[in-house]
Amino acid sequence: MLTFIARRLFQSLFVMLAVSLLAFTLFRFVGDPVAQMVGQETSIEDRERIREELGLNDPVHEQFFRFSKNLVTANFGYSYRTRQPIGEMILSRLPATLELGFFSLIISLLVGIPAGVYTAIKTGFLSTTLLITTLVGISIPTFVIGIALIYVFGVQLNVLPVFGRGETVQLGWWKTNYLTVDGWRSLILPAVTLGIYQLTLTMRLVRSEMQDVIKTDYIKFAMARGINYRSVYLHHAFRNTLVPVITIVGLQFGGIIAFSIVTESVFQWPGMGLLFLDSIRYVDIPVMSVYLVLIAFIFVLINLLVDILYFVIDPRVRDRRQGA
Amino acid sequence: MNQPLLNITNLTVKFPTRFGEFTAIDDVSLTIQPGEIHGLVGESGAGKSTIGAAIIGLLQSPGYIANGHVQLMDVDLRKLSPADYHRLRGNRISMIFQDPQTSLNPLLTIADQLVETIQQHTPMSDSDARDHAIQLLDETGIPNPACRIDSYPHQFSGGMRQRVVIALALCTNPELIIADEPTTALDVAVQKQILQLIQQLASQRKVGFLLITHDIGVIAEITHRVTVLRNGRVMEAGETAQVLGAPTHEYTQALMAAVPRLNTKLDRFHNIVKDDPSAEEEDEWDVPGASAQFASDWLLGKRNTESKTDVPSTHPILEVNNLDVIFYSNQPSWFRKRTGFQALNNISFKAEQGKTLGVVGESGSGKSTLAKAIVGLVDPATGTLSFDGEALPPGSKRSRQHPSRRRIQMVFQDPYSSLNNRRSVEAILTEPLKLYGHGGRNLDSRKLAASVLDLVEMPQRSLTKYPHQFSGGQRQRIAVARALIAQPEFLICDEPTSALDVSIQAQMLNLLKDLQTEFGLSILFISHNLAVVRQMADTVVVLKDGEMVEYAESETFFTSPQAEYSQLLLNETPSLALLE
Repeated sequence: MLTFIARRLFQSLFVMLAVSLLAFTLFRFVGDPVAQMVGQETSIEDRERIREELGLNDPVHEQFFRFSKNLVTANFGYSYRTRQPIGEMILSRLPATLELGFFSLIISLLVGIPAGVYTAIKTGFLSTTLLITTLVGISIPTFVIGIALIYVFGVQLNVLPVFGRGETVQLGWWKTNYLTVDGWRSLILPAVTLGIYQLTLTMRLVRSEMQDVIKTDYIKFAMARGINYRSVYLHHAFRNTLVPVITIVGLQFGGIIAFSIVTESVFQWPGMGLLFLDSIRYVDIPVMSVYLVLIAFIFVLINLLVDILYFVIDPRVRDRRQGA
Repeated sequence: MNQPLLNITNLTVKFPTRFGEFTAIDDVSLTIQPGEIHGLVGESGAGKSTIGAAIIGLLQSPGYIANGHVQLMDVDLRKLSPADYHRLRGNRISMIFQDPQTSLNPLLTIADQLVETIQQHTPMSDSDARDHAIQLLDETGIPNPACRIDSYPHQFSGGMRQRVVIALALCTNPELIIADEPTTALDVAVQKQILQLIQQLASQRKVGFLLITHDIGVIAEITHRVTVLRNGRVMEAGETAQVLGAPTHEYTQALMAAVPRLNTKLDRFHNIVKDDPSAEEEDEWDVPGASAQFASDWLLGKRNTESKTDVPSTHPILEVNNLDVIFYSNQPSWFRKRTGFQALNNISFKAEQGKTLGVVGESGSGKSTLAKAIVGLVDPATGTLSFDGEALPPGSKRSRQHPSRRRIQMVFQDPYSSLNNRRSVEAILTEPLKLYGHGGRNLDSRKLAASVLDLVEMPQRSLTKYPHQFSGGQRQRIAVARALIAQPEFLICDEPTSALDVSIQAQMLNLLKDLQTEFGLSILFISHNLAVVRQMADTVVVLKDGEMVEYAESETFFTSPQAEYSQLLLNETPSLALLE
């Protein structure tokens, strides 16, 4: 197991290297960094001096090396737009996005998995209704759902807050929504908006996997042995649907965190997505390249987690990996 | 006579479809006594498994029992509530499935599955249930059961897994076990052991078995009585020796005639079952000028122009010398030396022109690897191949244009996956013509394709259809036609009939023999079924774990096998000798 994790980490190193090369290229070659930093009236001599100071005249590989070293030592540099250190900016935004993403993941799993199992086993009115309503959920763009929710729950019923994080509690550098009632209330609408796509996906995936598993001989055999239905479905069948479900859910979770941009902007949620959006608007390239590297890192981390879960769930994977 | 264990009378099972109701089982009656092994035999689609499912109450929806009684001792099964029925399953009736690879839950240990089943039917503490489970594994012949019980299914071999499945079926002491093709997926040696285990359970525990199989050999070997089924109807029933030994019904006679015998070689199978006439609603649809004669002239014409001298070549068509194939584990590591699995070890043999070379062996013996090495799908580690007197380069160095790519053709085991379902039969058949540039522009490829279909006894109309519209046997004919249209001299058949019913198998073997006599094809015939190889081969190669154990003339091999392993193999093949 440990050697397996070590190997995966080693492989991840190359992924991160490739992404940081991309981020570096973006930073260094999309436009002229100096031109974006200084005003129009700066003289050519001054520009040249800044260029020399920033090391932009050094050979490219040295610059890349310095860029990577800075990334590894968490020295992310400064934003063009706000002149703040990028590290701090991201740290202050990260909890908001993670909490939103995590909560919407929980919603999608708590609703999606039971609904998937139910629609796989039972046919009838409830099944059909579930399938159709979630189909509607998946085919409407996120921002429309967000706006509709705002209209219904915020404007018409006026029961839930429609923008911002509401009341938060500071735990060290981590600002959390999870400890106040108002924080939870603020979380509901954006989390539902963000989670509904993932919910439909999870449900349909669980359903189709489950339908395949139910057709297998070992489920028929379990039935023929008179094992009670509950155990057949939840113990025998469901576990076997997990491997593909985890793969997709993992990838989706990465997506939720990385691309919650639309939801965050609809609900003015002060997370990384909103930060990214602002950075694009002001061509804040250093922030964009750090964001790129960070998202890649999160994906790598989630994939590692997914692989470890395979290990836990499937004994065949355990043996194969150990043998190899 | 005392009360039968299972009594089925006038059972009728129907499946509603869009085109009206389909009667899968029509007025079937049978009885099983305690301790009796009752064979249910028939070809695919005969409704064997449906009867099993109807007894245990797990008919695939929308199928339903339209009529008849199913009585287990004193219980009328059809009157049970669904909940009571479910309680009865496992408790009084159990089932064994065909493929032990798929009938155990891969994510749970054997202990989990056994203990759960035991506790489902008898209240028992965890440790008692576990002890009982270990004892059952011991009874079914699993060595060191106290240790093995915590293993996962994938850690057992096929035969051991089937023992675990039997232990699972036994663990609540059922009175009746429905065994649906319990040995079809197993090698002969393992099959023999499992059959012995079933016999032992029947005689000692007085469990009644309904043994569903298409393998007449298995039926002959262990069943007491047998019911022959066709299209959901009982054709003949009675004592096994009497039904199979002196069949009175026309169908049973035809079926028995199609079964290849281990002890004799037939030149052709006679009196075999014809395809169900109702399945063919063919109107005449012919490509102008296409005929079997045309195809055969074309195939022969090529041959005559190629070998200008009429002297038959004396050298063997294929020579294999000291062939080794090693498979390396798929992840080569920088730190460790590559370790490999030796799939073939020092194989040498010659295949004669116009003759059939049979390759036999159990699964994992390297039969298919040998075929792949010859056609160039696998690279040998060492050793040489030569074809028609010329050296044959290993697969990765053999160019696409190498003449052997055309001259050696292959027919695969599974006709369901060897034809591309997205392409019409015409596209499948004319592709080799384009690929090998046959006949230039003047050739009417459609006419030729239709003619070759005619040659393999398929209607020409098939050209416009797609593979999924055909049965297994028909697909295999198409696969043969595809191989033929390349004008091969050497045909490799990798288990060409193991996915087919006996009557279809007999037709297929007849076809191959006819083609061989007509065109002088040389055939490499791979099979695990010794009785089939006996019918086909002139020379036999026996493989075991990648090594060649015996290489002999077919008749010598079957009458006096030299190697100990060959004797064992011949011994374990279920034969009909008991009946004669």
